[in-house]
Amino acid sequence: MSGFGSFTHAVVRALPQSLAKEALRTGSLEVDLLKAQEEHDKYVSVLKHRLGLEVVELPADEALPDCVFVEDAAVVCGDTALITRPGAESRRKETEAMKAALTELGLSIVEMTDESATLDGGDVLFTGREFFVGLSMRTNQRGAEILADAFKDYAVSTVPVQDRLHLKSFCSMAGPGLIAIGASEAAQKALKIMQQMSDHNYDKLTLPDDLAANCVYMNLPSKGDSALRLLLQVFEKLKDHMLIPVSNQEKVKVDGALTCCSVLRI
Amino acid sequence: MTTEVGSESDVKKVPEVQQQTAPASAEPSQEESPSDPEAAASLEPSSPPADGGPKKEKGISRFLPPWLKRQKSQSQDKPGESSAPPKQESVEAVQEEQEEKHGAGAATASTEQTEEEKSIGSADTQPVREEKSEEKEVETKEEEQVIPHEASGLSALKLNKKMKMVVCHVTLLDGSQFSCEVEKRAKGQYLFFQVCEHLNLLEKDYFGLSFKDNAEQRCWLDPTKEIKRQIRNSQWQFAFSVKFYPLDPSQLTEDITRYLLCLQLRQDIASGRLPCSFVTHALLGSYTLQAELGDHDPEEHRLDYISDFQFAPNQTKELEEKVVELHKSHRGMTPAQSDAQFLENAKKLSMYGVDLHHAKDSEGVDIMLGVCANGLLIYKDRLRINRFAWPKILKISYKRSNFYIKIRPGETEQFESTVGFKLPNHRAAKRVWKVCVEHHTFFRLVSPEQPTKTKFLTLGSKFRYSGRTQAQTRQASSLIDRPAPYFQRTSSKRISRSLDGAPVVNVSDYSQAAGAGENGPALELNSDSKSQQVEVVEEPDADAATSISSETAFETDGAGAPERKSKLRVQGENIYVRHSNLMLEDLDKTQEDVLKHQASISELKRSFMEATPDPMPSQWDKRLTGSPATTLRLQAQGSLEEELTSLFLSKACFSGLAGSCSTAAAPAEASKVSAPPASAEVKPEVNGQPEVVEVVEETVVIEEVVKAKPKSPAPEVPATVETECAAEVKEERSLSSDSDSEEEAEYHAQPPTTTTHNNKKKQEPEEEQEAVLIQQAPPSGIESQPITEAAEPAPSAEEEKPAELPEEEVHADEPLATPDEAPNGHALQAKAPPTLRAAPTEEEEPHIVNGSASRVEAEHLPQVICCSEPPVVKTEMVTISDTFAAQKTEISTKEVPIVHTETKTITYEAAQLDGNGDGEPGVLMTAQTITSESLCTTTTTHITKTLKGGLSETRIEKRIVITGDSDIDHDQALAQAIKEAKEQHPDMSVTRVVVHKETELAEDED
Repeated sequence: MSGFGSFTHAVVRALPQSLAKEALRTGSLEVDLLKAQEEHDKYVSVLKHRLGLEVVELPADEALPDCVFVEDAAVVCGDTALITRPGAESRRKETEAMKAALTELGLSIVEMTDESATLDGGDVLFTGREFFVGLSMRTNQRGAEILADAFKDYAVSTVPVQDRLHLKSFCSMAGPGLIAIGASEAAQKALKIMQQMSDHNYDKLTLPDDLAANCVYMNLPSKGDSALRLLLQVFEKLKDHMLIPVSNQEKVKVDGALTCCSVLRI
Repeated sequence: MTTEVGSESDVKKVPEVQQQTAPASAEPSQEESPSDPEAAASLEPSSPPADGGPKKEKGISRFLPPWLKRQKSQSQDKPGESSAPPKQESVEAVQEEQEEKHGAGAATASTEQTEEEKSIGSADTQPVREEKSEEKEVETKEEEQVIPHEASGLSALKLNKKMKMVVCHVTLLDGSQFSCEVEKRAKGQYLFFQVCEHLNLLEKDYFGLSFKDNAEQRCWLDPTKEIKRQIRNSQWQFAFSVKFYPLDPSQLTEDITRYLLCLQLRQDIASGRLPCSFVTHALLGSYTLQAELGDHDPEEHRLDYISDFQFAPNQTKELEEKVVELHKSHRGMTPAQSDAQFLENAKKLSMYGVDLHHAKDSEGVDIMLGVCANGLLIYKDRLRINRFAWPKILKISYKRSNFYIKIRPGETEQFESTVGFKLPNHRAAKRVWKVCVEHHTFFRLVSPEQPTKTKFLTLGSKFRYSGRTQAQTRQASSLIDRPAPYFQRTSSKRISRSLDGAPVVNVSDYSQAAGAGENGPALELNSDSKSQQVEVVEEPDADAATSISSETAFETDGAGAPERKSKLRVQGENIYVRHSNLMLEDLDKTQEDVLKHQASISELKRSFMEATPDPMPSQWDKRLTGSPATTLRLQAQGSLEEELTSLFLSKACFSGLAGSCSTAAAPAEASKVSAPPASAEVKPEVNGQPEVVEVVEETVVIEEVVKAKPKSPAPEVPATVETECAAEVKEERSLSSDSDSEEEAEYHAQPPTTTTHNNKKKQEPEEEQEAVLIQQAPPSGIESQPITEAAEPAPSAEEEKPAELPEEEVHADEPLATPDEAPNGHALQAKAPPTLRAAPTEEEEPHIVNGSASRVEAEHLPQVICCSEPPVVKTEMVTISDTFAAQKTEISTKEVPIVHTETKTITYEAAQLDGNGDGEPGVLMTAQTITSESLCTTTTTHITKTLKGGLSETRIEKRIVITGDSDIDHDQALAQAIKEAKEQHPDMSVTRVVVHKETELAEDED
């Protein structure tokens, strides 16, 4: 069970002022920028101080209101980083800074140059054994193919995502072989497909709220199992894990989930 | 080394004698070599030759000098192996005969019958004919080398002038060539065992020999069949390779097996068939170096020392540097350890052991079918878009160029669904089907399916995997008790250098020392090369089969015998509850393993920071198993040809009232046969019943499913039984199952009662599929038909069955087939074929029936019974090629429900229809029309049974419509049909064969 979730580095990006007004969102909620900033700082501080990761903080870019959600810009697995081509036109440039940062970290970079491909990192679920790629509004088949090429060791299965922005809008890995999944119909449907497509058996942890299913799991040698979780739902089955509650309410308003805010590398 | 061919030439000179001395040797059931894998081990000189063998020898022996006889006995394994094919050829010959006679007039039926029975009975005459065809072939094959047997000297040369040896060239995994002389008609396993012996390999079940067919497709050589028939006109050139990739190589017993697996994987990786990332390439490459060169030696190993190795399809300098870097870190690892590490990493690759086949889905989208240990994977481009684990699959079949899988309904679904895929051509469809059958059997079953002993009607391929399953081979391996064999790790480096002149090793001059020196540290000096004796230990099949349970520790709720027992019982009750602890998800890849793998890779990351993996889209194509280098032809089928063949089998038994039989037979066709007096076997009736003349006619009709629809009026359906009929091909024993006439075949993925692995995947529903099973309960012969019918819901039918049995005891000697072994023939839905006169008709009132019927028959009371079973409408969701089913978001708009209609009519009518004894009591005529339909084929069997006064006549008319691509060998198909008909009814004779051929240009789906 060792290996999965043992990250050493995290890449995050600061909140731009433009987030409040211009960031893409599926709802129409007002964002309290100040509060969002607070939450983000807390998040970063947990990564940095509490978990002891080496955190690379990228500066915000006002021209890129969604730039705080770095997860979508790259997929890192092993020593390879795939720089994505985000589905939203306005976010394409976010990858530049990410690419530079990851190059800096010494990862081998694969870029998605195909004009017809789109992929948001939020649609990519790596279970430790294989990839699931959500086919969503932001991610298409071609993008998934390129990901499969980039990570040849692993099976890459596609999963249709409905009614949600990303695959990871309702699921994430909450431990080795443990998928946290929302209770919504869309989430359960996706889980079924994932189970059918997989040669492996996963345990599932069903959470009443889809968003609560988005967490960040880490297994750090120094800290033991840790899971960043959202809001106050309790992961009852995760007694062994150190749960670190992190509030993310404001960013949720712009469809930002916990995993969205960092790119982790082993 | 005298081979059978040689002796056959003698037979030619004395055919008459042979015919009479050994007529009994032709038991059809015995001529097929036992499917039992162990029994098939041809290396054992003592393996019993097929029935004809010894007898033949007896007959021939008079003409052979004693010394020659002795030689023969030494090489008996060969005759044993090749005994099956001759039979088939004889059937061909018979067919010619029959056609001739048929042309001459039906009046001669009686003589035909006589002759035919003789030919059936006398295996010894077969070789003569076979020889003829063989001669022809010799002329056409250039690469064949006719090698007179040196040992036999001059006189032997004369005697054995027909004996031909062929040199086979086998490319081994290390790239070297192995040449071996085999008798021309040797079976695949002979060559395979030669190779294994050469390699000193005991765990051979994971391996196989393959060859390239005319279309450059790679095909597996079937060990149970003649090599010559499989390769057709291709070269006698084979490749030894891994056929079943063990899920957990660490469970292999011997290092030599692991080494060979490594060699295969290195090939797969270098060719791009097994894609992996840069890091993995480097890691695997480093283990390769460690295994073959030993510890890195800075003195000896300069940077270019590895440039001769190929670690990846497109190897870069950068990769080589990484490999070397890692190589240094493996210091101290033994070659065996290095191989083990190599395998531990390789087995986790997602495409490990996946056999890819090009296909299209229903919308014509290019996809790939990947057959692996756990099931069937569907890929589109590089993405997995669906997966069907074995437990999910109820049936695998193919029809023409389509490949179908029937899926077990999910928790919420009510019906099974069928998913179809379009393969480039018929052969490709069959190939993927075969691979599925083999993988399913090997990885999921505890033991291969037992071949059926009898068949009633069979169509399609009877192909089954007959080797050991993984469970069995593990068991067998655990018994291996030899000192680790000495073997030399041939350096990949040397191999690549010697490609132009690869070392050729001959069986005779095999010397173990090959290159030496160069491999210094990498050499495994595991002493001793004594392995032959151990092999014997491995051979006993019985051990393997019976002891499985102990080793693999799965639930043994009903292996082997118990299982069969229950099946039989069930058969009687018409219910077969499918056992479904199928959940065999293999858990070999544990999380830890994967994570370890990941970790091991990540450990290397720092050294690889700059590495740039390059996506190589083209690699994907290379992964195609079938064709490493060639692309599949995606041409549409040329023309659709249909061949209609009617075989008439008739058998007459008289006890004394011979004269009356012809009249009793009433039916028009019957009269032709009626003359059969003397030649027919006399069968005294046990019951004191009047003699029974049985005239059996068989008509096998293959129709498109569509045609069936109109025939079944939905309203008539009282009970909906899901019957799936069809040409189920359960036997392995078919003599020529490879013929192209098998346009289709089905394979029911029977779940083992005992599972090989522990399955934890619970998501698979475990409900029993009764409907399917009912259908699977196949009648094993005529006598068993009643049973099958009983399975049908109609109560009337059930009652009669038992009663009928005694009368039909003609085949009593044949064991009942267990339900799942049933040949497709038991047709479940009987349909009254319009072409038959006796055909009763759905219009007949179904009223009479049950109780009375049975009693009547038993008592032979004169009664007219008509029961017409309502047609059965089978409704099934057929999702054609819906590869995206799993991903379907809107609820299956694409799924087109197709109503499958099947009708069954069983009619017992008064004899007046025959024109014999108008409605006279005392005459009971039973007409059964049995039609089995599968997606592509329809088989109609019409059985007319007339019982009158002193005789009963059973007539089976079989109509076979063969539909297929242009490359059908019609003669072969016909021969096959006739042969099968005869096998199914050994005591009947074929009285008439009508061939009707239609060719139409099909606007094919392609």
